[in-house]
Amino acid sequence: MFEPVVKVKGLTKVFKSLKAVDSVSFSIFPGEILGLLGPNGAGKTTIIHMLLGLTTPTSGDIQVFGLDLRKRRKEIIQNVNFSSSYVSMPNSLSVKESLKVFARLYKTKNREKRIQELLEAFEIAGIKDKLVRHLSSGQQTRLNLAKALINDPKVLLLDEPTASLDPDIADKTRTLLRSIKKDRNISILYTSHNMREMEQMSDRIIFLHKGQIIAEGQPEEVVRSFGRSNLEEVFLKVAREEA
Amino acid sequence: MRFHRIAALFMRHMYLYRRSLPRLIEVVYWPLLDLLVWGFITVYLAQYRQNLPGFVTFFIGALILWDILFRSHQGISVSFLEDVWAKNLLNLFASPLSPAEYIFALMLVSVVKLVTVATIMAVLAWIIYSFNIFLIGVALVPFVLNLIVMGWTIGIITTALILRFGQEAEVLAWALGFLFMPVSAVFYPVSVLPRFLQTIAHYVPASHVFEGMREVISSGVFPLSQLMWSSGLNVIYIMAAFLFFRWNFNVVKRKGLLVRIGE
Repeated sequence: MFEPVVKVKGLTKVFKSLKAVDSVSFSIFPGEILGLLGPNGAGKTTIIHMLLGLTTPTSGDIQVFGLDLRKRRKEIIQNVNFSSSYVSMPNSLSVKESLKVFARLYKTKNREKRIQELLEAFEIAGIKDKLVRHLSSGQQTRLNLAKALINDPKVLLLDEPTASLDPDIADKTRTLLRSIKKDRNISILYTSHNMREMEQMSDRIIFLHKGQIIAEGQPEEVVRSFGRSNLEEVFLKVAREEA
Repeated sequence: MRFHRIAALFMRHMYLYRRSLPRLIEVVYWPLLDLLVWGFITVYLAQYRQNLPGFVTFFIGALILWDILFRSHQGISVSFLEDVWAKNLLNLFASPLSPAEYIFALMLVSVVKLVTVATIMAVLAWIIYSFNIFLIGVALVPFVLNLIVMGWTIGIITTALILRFGQEAEVLAWALGFLFMPVSAVFYPVSVLPRFLQTIAHYVPASHVFEGMREVISSGVFPLSQLMWSSGLNVIYIMAAFLFFRWNFNVVKRKGLLVRIGE
């Protein structure tokens, strides 16, 4: 049995009177894609922010690569990266300049070569001199993903990475992420509102509701435990019960 | 503290200015207007106040030096806002970049901005008013350094407040520096202030710089005590500002405000 790369135990976040994340425990294993799903406000993004050290947990432990995130954040984050459809790259810089900044920030080896590889992998080499603010949302998402891989991370946190992509690019992105995961044994925590995508991408899923884990397992196991035929139906059941 | 991370952020801001004409114009536009308006007023008043020694030197020199402080402050606070406006702050703080490295990079950006502004203003003052700022002598160097440090202190505090109170506090990026102007004795001596403001001015590093500058011009004597006061206060204040920023950064992360301002 492999040791988990990410181990979360009793993670809780309270904002004033709101318990956004309530005693959540889970692990991510090497080369695994763990899907985090749940309705809006379920606590998915807050968990990602706590894993990045951007929000301090109220209680609980986070260990990444066997190290305590509170004490060894810099060391850990050097091998972690993230992409979110809600966070942009510097919009007055060109695509290539943005990647250069982040390559330097993470002290990427062979910067120029790495940047060229990513520009080609995400099909943005042709727009490398275009300003970020002039990119379509799909191109911006691909740039965000390229940035997320600039340091060749061992753990990747992706918050709705394909949210604004057309079906063709979204499919290519999923294929690329799967191949990166396979080739480099990268572990991915993935959130999306596209349930079909979650079923396709995730080795395992965690279903969150009001900050708590209400189901966990392989996608088909979770679907079966709710007595539904797919994840979309499970999602609708949980979301409508809440309403 | 790692140089490559400071360099990365510095590079990000240099790219921004290299390709943005409006930003480049903004850097020189206000100082230039200040210099023209206040400079000509000074020249005009100087005709009627012949008995006041070094009148033009007082005012135009003060104007250039005040702008150094103001640009030093803005170099930090406006550069920080550039990251907020670009919704790029989370990408930066999700990397190994530490708050201290972030602030150091912005200090470097501010040095580049104010050196540019000060050079332009000094050259223009010489061309338009035949005023040579270097007439003040070597005393200028430690005084300027003190103004830069005070500007950084205000910039660090402004940045911390914007992080804490969100974009509603953006106005501080321009306003907070000016709050110190009345008690900095920029254009008039501390002695003209009411007693309680004199007490406050005594604890403002810039007031010692401007008082000292006037002493150099009028008597030619280097005011060591003013320099010591200014430097001492600056050391205390900038250390306090760093501690405040660090404490505030942890509060902001605990309250979940960093991600709110970063998205």
